[in-house]
Amino acid sequence: MNPIYASRARTDKIIRFLCWAAAVFGLTWLTLILFSLFWNGLTAMGPDVFTKMMPPPGDNEGGLLNAIAGSAILTFLGVLIGTPIGLFAGTYLAEYGRYEKLTSYVRFINDILLSAPSIIVGLFIYAAVVITMGGFSGLAGALALAVIVIPVVVRTTEDMLLLVPDQLREAAAALGLPRSLVIRRIAYVAARTGIITGILLATARVAGETAPLLFTALNNQFWSVNLLQPMANLPSTINNFTQSPYTYWQQLAWAGALIITMAVLTLNIVARILGAERKPK
Amino acid sequence: MADVTMDRSAALAPEAALDRARALGVFKASDAAFYWITRLSALLVLFLLGGIILSLIVGSWPAMLQYGLGFIAAPRWAPSLDTPVLGALAPILGTLISSLIAMLIALPVGIGIAIFLTELCPMVLRRPVGIAIELLAGIPSIIYGMWGFFVLGPFLANTFQPFMINTVGHIPVIGALFAGPPSQLSLFNAALILAIMILPFVTAISRDVFNTVPPVLKESAYGIGCTTWEVVRNVVIPYTRVGVIGGAMLALGRALGETMAVTFIIGNAFRISTSLFQPSTTISAAIASEFVESEGLHQSALMYLGLLLFVLTFLVLAASRIMLARLKKKAGG
Repeated sequence: MNPIYASRARTDKIIRFLCWAAAVFGLTWLTLILFSLFWNGLTAMGPDVFTKMMPPPGDNEGGLLNAIAGSAILTFLGVLIGTPIGLFAGTYLAEYGRYEKLTSYVRFINDILLSAPSIIVGLFIYAAVVITMGGFSGLAGALALAVIVIPVVVRTTEDMLLLVPDQLREAAAALGLPRSLVIRRIAYVAARTGIITGILLATARVAGETAPLLFTALNNQFWSVNLLQPMANLPSTINNFTQSPYTYWQQLAWAGALIITMAVLTLNIVARILGAERKPK
Repeated sequence: MADVTMDRSAALAPEAALDRARALGVFKASDAAFYWITRLSALLVLFLLGGIILSLIVGSWPAMLQYGLGFIAAPRWAPSLDTPVLGALAPILGTLISSLIAMLIALPVGIGIAIFLTELCPMVLRRPVGIAIELLAGIPSIIYGMWGFFVLGPFLANTFQPFMINTVGHIPVIGALFAGPPSQLSLFNAALILAIMILPFVTAISRDVFNTVPPVLKESAYGIGCTTWEVVRNVVIPYTRVGVIGGAMLALGRALGETMAVTFIIGNAFRISTSLFQPSTTISAAIASEFVESEGLHQSALMYLGLLLFVLTFLVLAASRIMLARLKKKAGG
């Protein structure tokens, strides 16, 4: 064979091998992580995890009930507060302000907020809410999560509304519908699945957020649904229990980690199925 | 019949006109209300950024007055003294070095996997592997941190670290990077966890970016007899260069600000050491582990650290967004 061909073929072979190796290397790490998560999580899992309160230090009996409940409340409230704001802001960007200068600024800032470090959000809410209200509280935690929800929802809402064909809007406007009704009755309905997908993804994103909760909702050893008091939550609990010297606490941390991961994966998969349903039509 | 309807509409006319006016009035009012609600929400996004910057500046003001800009280069961190001596050099170096190492590992591997997924992978596997990687990108970072703490840290301290210390550690100059006793908590371990955590992210972005290359371009290159590597090198990468760099910077922004994956495993030691196997700290790890128990000047200095981190990530993210937008424009037109 021509030596040039041979050397080209050789280089190609080496690079192909390296790419395969990269894929195997990367997927190995990720499989290992999932494997130890399931192994340790399932070992620690039991009915107690869902029915009993957090154990005091050194105690070998207890579960994560208050942390699970607290996480559910915080996530739900965060999404509840963040979603309408994100939805409306996204609506403005896609509908009213499509050709305005303001829109390009807001879009740029939103993209930055989308990937800004979440611990910064925690500092912001600490300075704005915790100091003002005089103490750590569940409400501050929910607000911190809402700040993270907003950019995600803005982004997906805008993208989804821009996919709605303009003919639909024009047809509605020709029938005499005012602008706001065109948006609410036509554009929202046409983009509904996409917007719901975005909200689910935002929920998945905040369900496992830890850094913004560390010094807003703090944590709580006991059952409390009072939004003005520190509230128990899974991520902070995992954080505390992982670094503790007690084996039982560490086991509970694995169980909590498995619960969070399963919740996040389920939300992502549901969002994905919804999103896929939309496309073939 | 026609007469009857005409009579009726004539009789109802004034009332109908009134209804019509009322309905139009409601439309007009709700139209204006909806417009302003959405506009205010959009403005709120801007205020959110303003609020974050403002609150960080206000919070860090006492520390700024006390330490000034020299804070960035001061190496000592002693918060428990009567007048705390605080300097940010250790966490800043820790942040930059851990992110740099993480990028050095994750970038080639991630791009390699992306090439694998777009050019080499058997068609049947492309979708499942792609979806698996995207799902992994969504796993909360605390899971990675936890795994690093319980599994990777002990493993590295027992195998990889002693090996490196005993071999490379004896080479002059480079050896200093791998000096000291093996440790479960170290800068290197944290960087490795960061790399594993951003790997799915880098892969997913690179794959999306590679997919923007028009198939015709690649087909023509294959058609004149290019090998896979030549197609990637001479067609795919030049076409997507801006996007790959943008994606890499997005990943860098993530690595710089990552908290939970790092906090458990870096050891949180405000020490500047040449060895990668020594405990260290990053800005976010320092904030996460000290903020709740801090007060006064100490807390303000942590806010100052937060502000520095925000400025740093803002610059990186802004640059990445501009680059990605440029690629989008190219792909669109």
